Amino acid sequence: MDTAGHPIAPDAPLIAALLAIDPRGLGGVVLDHPMHEQARAFTDAVQRLLAVGAPLRRVPIGVSADRLLGGVDLAATLHSGRLVSERGVLAAADGGLVVLPMCERATVSVRTTMCEVLDHGTLQVARDGVGTTHDARVMAVLLDESVEDEAIHPALVDRVAFRLPLRDGCDPSEVDALYAVVQGARRRLPEVALDDRWMIALCETASAFGVDSLRAPLMAVRCARAHAALAGRDAVEQADAEVAARLVLTPRATRVPQLPESPPPESPPAPPAEPPPTDPDDASAPDDVEPPPPPELEQPPNADDLPPESDAPQNEQPESEQPLPSDAELLRAAVASALPPGMLEQLMARATSGTVQGRVGAEEQSMLRGRPRGARGGLPRGGARLHLLETLRAAAPWQQVRRRDVAASVRIASGGAPRVSIRREDFRIRRFVERTGTTVIFVVDASGSSALQRLAEAKGAIELLLAESYARRDRVSLIAFRGSGTELLLPPTRALARAKKVLAALPGGGGTPVAAALDTATQQALSVRRDGSIPLVVMLSDGRANIARDGTPGRPAAQRDALAAAAAFGQFGVSSLFVDTSPRGEPLARSLAESMRARYVLLPYADANALGGLVRTAMQMADA
Amino acid sequence: MRPVFPFSAIVGQDEMKLALLLVAIDPTIGGVMVFGDRGTGKSTAVRALAGLLPAMKVVAGCRYGCDPQANGAGCDDCRARVARGESLRAVSAAVPVVDLPLGATEDRLVGALDLEKALTTGEKAFEPGLLARAHRGFLYVDEVNLLEDHLVDLLLDAAATGENVVEREGVSVRHPARFVLVGSGNPEEGELRPQLLDRFGLAVDVRTPTVIATRIDVIKRRDAFDRDPTTFLAHWAKQDAKIRRALEKARARVESLEVGDEILERAASLCALLGTDGLRGELTLLRTSRAFAAYESDSTVTLDHLRRIAPMALRHRLRRNVLDDAGSTTRVERAIAELWGDVPATA
Repeated sequence: MDTAGHPIAPDAPLIAALLAIDPRGLGGVVLDHPMHEQARAFTDAVQRLLAVGAPLRRVPIGVSADRLLGGVDLAATLHSGRLVSERGVLAAADGGLVVLPMCERATVSVRTTMCEVLDHGTLQVARDGVGTTHDARVMAVLLDESVEDEAIHPALVDRVAFRLPLRDGCDPSEVDALYAVVQGARRRLPEVALDDRWMIALCETASAFGVDSLRAPLMAVRCARAHAALAGRDAVEQADAEVAARLVLTPRATRVPQLPESPPPESPPAPPAEPPPTDPDDASAPDDVEPPPPPELEQPPNADDLPPESDAPQNEQPESEQPLPSDAELLRAAVASALPPGMLEQLMARATSGTVQGRVGAEEQSMLRGRPRGARGGLPRGGARLHLLETLRAAAPWQQVRRRDVAASVRIASGGAPRVSIRREDFRIRRFVERTGTTVIFVVDASGSSALQRLAEAKGAIELLLAESYARRDRVSLIAFRGSGTELLLPPTRALARAKKVLAALPGGGGTPVAAALDTATQQALSVRRDGSIPLVVMLSDGRANIARDGTPGRPAAQRDALAAAAAFGQFGVSSLFVDTSPRGEPLARSLAESMRARYVLLPYADANALGGLVRTAMQMADA
Repeated sequence: MRPVFPFSAIVGQDEMKLALLLVAIDPTIGGVMVFGDRGTGKSTAVRALAGLLPAMKVVAGCRYGCDPQANGAGCDDCRARVARGESLRAVSAAVPVVDLPLGATEDRLVGALDLEKALTTGEKAFEPGLLARAHRGFLYVDEVNLLEDHLVDLLLDAAATGENVVEREGVSVRHPARFVLVGSGNPEEGELRPQLLDRFGLAVDVRTPTVIATRIDVIKRRDAFDRDPTTFLAHWAKQDAKIRRALEKARARVESLEVGDEILERAASLCALLGTDGLRGELTLLRTSRAFAAYESDSTVTLDHLRRIAPMALRHRLRRNVLDDAGSTTRVERAIAELWGDVPATA
């Protein structure tokens, strides 16, 4: 998210203080593209405010599972001859904070482990001979260093209260001045009262801004309490709720309830309320839901400043489905005023493009090459990696016998027999199963030259191919090109329902930047190959390039670039299929296919089933 | 032991709560898969269930928590003791609800050679894993769709056979491992393997509540629990006890409930109309409607019971139109309406 135009808010010390007051309740913070020094100054500040000597651990991007979770301490086990386990980074950070650099690339295991720890404050370890549960009451500082289409996984973002665009650091002297205040506030926190009206207002504000997750309003409630404690109050007041709304809810807003200054694109975001899927409340519950309170103030003090409100962001009459109580309105103003300029356009763009999630890290990447599949006997050489624990297991039953042997025969002069004796036949090496799945990369021409009806047919064909991919448990990726650019609509995924959704929302029209599309396809294919999967590119286009590589229109240059890009693609030997979507076959498409070294097929003759068969064959060839 | 959020205090999410109770009444229904949004209390519900379940009897000193009633049908140890003519003393124990973390390794899931003992005494002893701990209880896998394939295979094998066979590093052990598998996950983040999905008896969808009053209630209760768990638990203890009693009564009754031919035929015709593969769908419909009737304290299984539980028993078994899986609940409901007419609005 670009926040360059946003005025610098001196929120860093405040957020550091709030986190130090209620570290477990607030979970942590996302630092938005911080400079190294700023991030360090901020984490230092939190650490110092938290407690003297509070642990701070960094979880590096390539952390191994045994360092993250803990496991067997092999050195100590070998030395002592009995099983010694060691704590991982997260357990070692108990009572302190964990810093995750480049958290947009966090692997599945890092992400899910962090979620578990943030939720429960404990870490269950069940690996490599160790079965235990550690305390891990930690707070997370997530460094968002994402570029372009990357994004932190929403599950992680959901579990930390704040997001801080860090433009200025924390002045150490300022932080030290806060120390005593924060300690006092932490003691006071359990006593801070919160009137229901603020809880209700925060919930309503969250809903008004399209914040679906229930963790958000819960954290806003905690934030309001922490802020009241910081201010030395024993009950939450409006100022506290406002700060909570601004700090916790603003960064999560997905829509803006007020009428925007600039007219938004035509399609409105999701309606504010859908019918609930289940009964609104458990009827047997003793304390029933209180009805939303009637408006308490006729006229909120600064309601005049607000633009007229509208739930549907259209240039029409101000209207709202249910009049919000004034508390919520006040908070709404606080949230709205804190939204960075341009936010609305971004939200609208997100709502229409359907790529809300972006690319969320090394989703499918294993931390190792291929997936581990136990161990087998063998010597650790020729690239095979020793599986120490299994080796130990293999050696363990023989220890007593060997000790006697050693004692009888060798009589080691100094130091006696080793604690654990390991012999050649004990060695176990790791076995990996290489990922050999196929990733089908669809490159779809959505330009004006592929008339809309052809686009619809192409979509139909892709759906069929998606079903085919599903049966084979392949991953699919979707690239669309139109106008002056190419868009990676869907990074490689197995979530085919999502692919279908993205595809249905794909609009048509504009120029035909074939060269750019082929460049993107090449990059994708190579990146897939690096991940250990086999790429298969299926390009659907009429091949009539009219946008050159540099984005300028003009057929001759565009076609020259397209052929060059196709030739570049061809030299990597990626399996590919070119589906010509022109009505009668396009010579240029055929020559592109030739340069790509792709199989060429004309859509009119390729009814859906025939196309499916072709892709199946291509996949089998790619696998072989 | 840290306090667990009470089951009865979970706002809404009725289908998920019902599904969990039904598999607790009749474990042979075969597990629950919970699909849903983040922060909808999926894991809260599973943990809460643990606090709710009535204690069970286990053989004193048995590592696998064998049932004292199942003389000789338990683990090797118990069998050997029975064969020696020992009488097995029964003690009370909590029903296990075991978490399988995604980072688990195979040795901890199925059990392995006890390294400590082997290194120090040279004794070849088996150290039971999570499957053993989950015997007669629940095994919970959060984000089960992200579980490594080779662990999924082991899970499936144990779930299908009801026992865990370990043949590794010189240990050869076979022990009972009958557990109710509870999984949760967000289908947007990766598909579930069809074989695994099929293994779940019931599937429920949970959504974040959108009604503001409901949302406020969720936040209020969570906040009250976080701030003062003791008072909160005391406040809800009565409600939880009520559900626990209903659960116990239903368990006692479910065995004796007969499912009439008419209901069986209707279940079969529903499955036929929906084109669900195999007999598993019908069997699940039968067991689930029986458990539901028992829970409702009804003396017969009626069409209403069947109607109410059909979506959770069938929605994940429809012949997969992968590109349109959002509509599976609707498809079941449509088929029900087609066969048996519209629902006379039930509460």
